Amino acid sequence: APDPAITELQPWQQYLGEGVDARPYGFPSEHEAHVVRRNVPWLTADATSSVNFTPLHELDGIITPNGLCFERHHGGIAELDPGSYRLMINGLVDSPLVFTMQDLLRFPRENRVHFLECAANSGMEWRGAQLNGCQFTHGMIHNVMYTGVPLRLLLEEAGVRTSAAWILAEGADASGMTRSIPLEKALDDCLVAFKMNGEALRPEQGYPVRLVVPGWEGNMWVKWLRRIEVGDQPWHHREETSKYTDLLPDGRARRFTWEMDAKSVITSPSPQAPIPHGPGPMVLTGLAWSGRGTIPRVDVTLDGGVTWTEARMSGPSFDKSLHRFYHDFVWDGRPMLLQSRAHDSTGYVQPTKDALREIRGENSIYHNNGIQTWAVNESGVAENVEIS
Amino acid sequence: GGVPLVGAASADEVPAEATVQAASAGTETAPSPSREGDFGLGRAALPEEVAAWDIDIRPDGQGLPEGSGDVWTGEELFVEQCAMCHGDFGEGAGRWPQLAMGQGTLEGPDPVKTVGSYWPYLSTVWDYVHRAMPFGNAQSLSPDEVYAITAYILYLNEVVEDDFVLSRESFAEVTMPNEDNFYMDDRPEVELARFSEAPCMEACKDGVEITMHARVLDVTPEGGGDGGGIDLEGSSGSPGDAAPEPAAAPADPEPAADPEPATEAAAAGPDPALVETGAQVFRKCQACHEVGEDAANRVGPHLTDLVGRPIGSVDGFNYSAVFEEARAAGDVWTEEHLAEFLADPRGTYPGTKMSFGGLRKDDEIAALVAYLRSAGAE
Repeated sequence: APDPAITELQPWQQYLGEGVDARPYGFPSEHEAHVVRRNVPWLTADATSSVNFTPLHELDGIITPNGLCFERHHGGIAELDPGSYRLMINGLVDSPLVFTMQDLLRFPRENRVHFLECAANSGMEWRGAQLNGCQFTHGMIHNVMYTGVPLRLLLEEAGVRTSAAWILAEGADASGMTRSIPLEKALDDCLVAFKMNGEALRPEQGYPVRLVVPGWEGNMWVKWLRRIEVGDQPWHHREETSKYTDLLPDGRARRFTWEMDAKSVITSPSPQAPIPHGPGPMVLTGLAWSGRGTIPRVDVTLDGGVTWTEARMSGPSFDKSLHRFYHDFVWDGRPMLLQSRAHDSTGYVQPTKDALREIRGENSIYHNNGIQTWAVNESGVAENVEIS
Repeated sequence: GGVPLVGAASADEVPAEATVQAASAGTETAPSPSREGDFGLGRAALPEEVAAWDIDIRPDGQGLPEGSGDVWTGEELFVEQCAMCHGDFGEGAGRWPQLAMGQGTLEGPDPVKTVGSYWPYLSTVWDYVHRAMPFGNAQSLSPDEVYAITAYILYLNEVVEDDFVLSRESFAEVTMPNEDNFYMDDRPEVELARFSEAPCMEACKDGVEITMHARVLDVTPEGGGDGGGIDLEGSSGSPGDAAPEPAAAPADPEPAADPEPATEAAAAGPDPALVETGAQVFRKCQACHEVGEDAANRVGPHLTDLVGRPIGSVDGFNYSAVFEEARAAGDVWTEEHLAEFLADPRGTYPGTKMSFGGLRKDDEIAALVAYLRSAGAE
């Protein structure tokens, strides 16, 4: 029968739509209303110190739209006024300085694409398959283009003393977020950023200014950045002692586990993105990243790891950024056990969850970069599972 | 910042590996602009400005202000300011962090990471309480109060005796039990080579079996589950404990209208600017209270339709005895009574569990009352 979508006159063919200026700051189609950040309420006591998750299963390419970048706050969203914004640099410097927003905009800028991954991403999966959806298992990550001033330039303006070895980055929010960062990293590639994907940072991402610490755990990327103190030893504050330390089976804990290990996940099909069609040609796609460089290669398996195939990488390959991979194949309609395995530019290959557990046990919470498995049934429905 | 102390716990424990790892952390494709700090931008930070913001404390005691506090003063403050979330003895309420005990659990299946069982440095406790607590009213405690609360937390963890007085001087005498059990990230030695071997591509296993299904736990939000698994921040309770409070209590039986003679402002309708200011003031309350159409009880009762409501009347909320008495006496939250309470909660209702010291400014009180009227009337 003829398709009414073609044969019937549709309202948008006949009547005028809204004009320019009806949406002075655009928003997505009403048909995309389900594409939102989501929370797992039982994780935390209160939404003001909590996390929500990027809907990775709905996205493609490598850039995360600003309104979908996952949020992690420790004292709610600080609503700063850029007019009264100040950035202080003090401690072991020749001249303690205060910069206004306008001052920052007069330093040379850089543009760089980097992923930000929470150290606890996939942390709920250490003891086994738990959450059904890559939004929840892997959604504490986003990837945007930052515009900002190299932190090095600001530190050099203040004059770092020879005894200096660390900085403390501090936020202006109600948790007074602080993290110690080695001076070498601060002088290497950290940015004091004020734009994401071309527009001002969103309030929930640290407006007007946040720190960018490429490749390192997201907790260090202090939002609402108000102060950099230079010192000769780390501060060992709450977020680097009681939290963001990795408890191992012998009861001891690793500290300063800053770098994010290479990792990947198939975003479609996945539990929130089942196969909507039957057997035949289909597209499998996913994301891969490494805190130590780029991702030249991703392998995928459809049979739970008996046979692996190199996926097709597509899109730009930036340092410490998300990479997009595809596997285009003909599905025979039989159940599949899907996995992806990232290789980074240092030669590191993403391990299985069991290989990680052999070393780290199940209590470390952070830095779970094990291979994820989705079981897909004959109907195309996917589920989070673990396999032998 | 501040004055360094002698007797430091950790001045010599700076991990040398840190610098090595950082130096190899990455290569940029494009060179950064290079200039040796001669832009002449920014201005000198004044000493008063540095003092206002530089409140951080280090393990060696650098940054600690003068002051002191004893365990029993700390207990009083803790019960007033902290116990709502952390429990009278640091045992934790609901999903809020447990602060005490847990020693000996770190190697087991359910590690309980508390100040006593896990935190390596006392300075972290002082720094965090001072900069971020009480939750929702940060930096409201004086140095003496922070010393006292820190002393009480140490006592709860059996690190000090009940006659202990914590001060800038006695600080260096305290060693945290778990300090030696932290070590520098050793992934470069332990993991990187092991995880850099060429992987198998063909006939890698004989067979594959599913060993675990996520749907068995059924804790995915859209699936409607409400428990199971571990917690993001690693506190000990099972997520079953995390089940939220039952949804909002049934609507208040009293009419929303103010039974008292309306004030001039109310008669003229709420002043939007005042309500807006009140919304800002309400931020001090919202860690514990919700208000509005879908408001639920949290640490404190919901505040929807508060003005005109009988005191202590929200079903399902466990009130302090003093509010139960007020309810029995038929007392009602009038605007005037609310203003009196907000100015001095513990003076108005001695024994209230509400850990809030009160609003000092009359205009803030007026704005908050206007906001609560407005939010309740939505």
